[in-house]
Amino acid sequence: MNYLLKEGIVVDPVSNSAKKLDILIEGSKITAVAENLDCRGLEVLHLKGCYIFPGFVDMHCHLREPGEELKETILTGTRAAVKGGFTAVACMGNTKPPADSSSVITLIKEKARQASFPVYPVGCATKEMAGNEPAEIGDLVEAGAVAISDDGNSIMNGEVLRRVMEYGKMFDIPIISHCEDTNLSGNGVMNEGFYSTLLGLQGIPNAAEEVHVARDLILAGLTGARLHIAHVSTAGSVALIREAKKRGIRVTAEVTPHHLCLTDEAVKSFDTNTKVKPPLRSKEDQEALYEGLRDGTIDAIATDHAPHRRDEKETEYNVAPFGISGLETAVPLVWEHLVESKLLSPVELAQKMAWNPARILGLPERLIEVGAEANITVIDPSLQQPVNVGEFVSLGKNSPFDGWVLRGWPVMTIVSGEIKYSRQLQNI
Amino acid sequence: MKFKRKDVLGLEELTAEEITLILDTAEPMKEIMSRDIKKVPTLRGRSVITLFYEPSTRTRSSFELAAKYLGADTSSIAIATSSVQKGESLRDTARTLEAMAADVIIIRHSAAGAPHLLARWVKARVINAGDGAHEHPTQALLDMFTIREKKGGFKGLKVAILGDITHSRVARSNIWGLTKMGAEVRVVGPATLIPPEIERLGVKAYYDWEEGLKDVDVINVLRIQLERQKKGLFPSIREYTKLYGLDQQKLQVAKPDVLVLHPGPVNRGIEISPDVQDGPHAVINEQVTNGVAVRMALLYLLMAGGEKDELSA
Repeated sequence: MNYLLKEGIVVDPVSNSAKKLDILIEGSKITAVAENLDCRGLEVLHLKGCYIFPGFVDMHCHLREPGEELKETILTGTRAAVKGGFTAVACMGNTKPPADSSSVITLIKEKARQASFPVYPVGCATKEMAGNEPAEIGDLVEAGAVAISDDGNSIMNGEVLRRVMEYGKMFDIPIISHCEDTNLSGNGVMNEGFYSTLLGLQGIPNAAEEVHVARDLILAGLTGARLHIAHVSTAGSVALIREAKKRGIRVTAEVTPHHLCLTDEAVKSFDTNTKVKPPLRSKEDQEALYEGLRDGTIDAIATDHAPHRRDEKETEYNVAPFGISGLETAVPLVWEHLVESKLLSPVELAQKMAWNPARILGLPERLIEVGAEANITVIDPSLQQPVNVGEFVSLGKNSPFDGWVLRGWPVMTIVSGEIKYSRQLQNI
Repeated sequence: MKFKRKDVLGLEELTAEEITLILDTAEPMKEIMSRDIKKVPTLRGRSVITLFYEPSTRTRSSFELAAKYLGADTSSIAIATSSVQKGESLRDTARTLEAMAADVIIIRHSAAGAPHLLARWVKARVINAGDGAHEHPTQALLDMFTIREKKGGFKGLKVAILGDITHSRVARSNIWGLTKMGAEVRVVGPATLIPPEIERLGVKAYYDWEEGLKDVDVINVLRIQLERQKKGLFPSIREYTKLYGLDQQKLQVAKPDVLVLHPGPVNRGIEISPDVQDGPHAVINEQVTNGVAVRMALLYLLMAGGEKDELSA
């Protein structure tokens, strides 16, 4: 199918521009980008007032399959991704069984093929994600893993992480680190600070993250491995990463929309949808995250989409599992809280949500130019509506943002030329 | 003044006026307790369920007697905390109790916020009988009733809360209640058991007992959970007792007429020495009596709305 995207504002993260252009898509490719393209004989999609971005990539989500299909499946999770404006996702390997073998990676790729959506699996760094012995990283990469990580199971043993980094760097993949010293975090369920004192809930200190960020940066320096720090949440972590980048350490970092939009004050409601790891932090930490995004210390915004069953979350705060269902709210949250408030420009948003995540994971480049694969995210900045978890495509309805009125919703998602989601067409 | 709340979940949300109303209402309740026939028909035909996820002797029987003295029917459910994860969820238990037409559910739970969830899920009124380390409003109210009875009021009174502040719901509820009523509150304990930014709640924190207890009018001694020692929060029971156990020597720095409170049950000879526990300053047994009176007051205010004439039936 050939069609024309007419009069949208095309955002280009490379030339640092945002201007009104038409885009011709033929098959899976972009074949023309110019002003006032001739639209005779073509299907025309009028996108006046909308921003056209290179396709967003969520580099950190949990699709739960295999093993926990009541929380999410690759089909429901990728549909949620499409509706949320994402044109590709990388899914974490903490499935059941974990993605520590090529067979699980192959299964994920096959399920993604059936869902006809590009899913890039992250393989486990260690066998059974137990943090003791390196997984078969070479085999994982050959099967399609684009990165390795033990995700929520922090690798506590520095020697093991060192060997994983050394071995992993042979395959030129990033090691994604969930930084949490599990002795320091203990049984904590929220940020340690005034609100944990107020609520009598056990706190997780900033130090639980920062101690591991510091250690991982030092080991990245030792091994020369490519380190990616997942879901940075504290001011101290931002400072450590900033300093390491100055020294030339090969490190990148991501932040989640929920850490950008909520603080630990939200836990006061005892709403278990605010329970997440790392925990929602203080206002001061949030300010540091904004600064880290602005100055380039933080490269990417990633959802850490962690769907859970309703009944698992409808329980005592201590008992509920950690995680927020984030794929369907990430874009409008970031638009409302960062772009509308001028903390990020649309071009910077394209860098944080498309260009950088693709670059870090070694995916096809996210560009809008002639000859490029047509992966496109369209955002309507004037569309304002409340979040309604009842309308989530994801099986995970666990969102603390239900009812939030947001602007800047994704209205069209194009993957390899195919319109996977269009708000007008309502084809999902 | 009428009491308009559906639930009593903590002292954080109560106003000074509401606290005064509860304490004032507890006075005639205490009088009822001194009668030969301790029963009024005020709450006849009302059902009160105690739902306890933590073992408790005094708080549960205190609530049950309070309800019975007012003529309500009571039923108690005890669920071992260890079985929470395997057993019926709190959500489903809430549905069950709702279906049984309970008027009031009194809940104790090891998880902070559990009563708040329950209150959202049921039409019944919910009273928090202690949630994790969060709040224990009726304990603080009975402590305050006792203090008011002995000291005449709260304005300018210096109150020290001594011990494990971090894990104490009694401490938090007392801090909310006492500061609202104009008392000057201090918390005294080892650095490992005083939570971060506690002073933002309007109290002063002391690690040194001598400074912390100096010239205080009231010392509320908290029970020390012995298992905290195993988690490395203090090196030994011996050292805890030496540094923070309330004994005659430490009592000397307080006002001569200092009042000593303890929520019970007491670890004898650990957080408080036997001679202080059994001595003239301690009012630990009176606290227990006052606990029943305060809980009667709360049940009465919640269910009868505080119309005074209903009491005299």
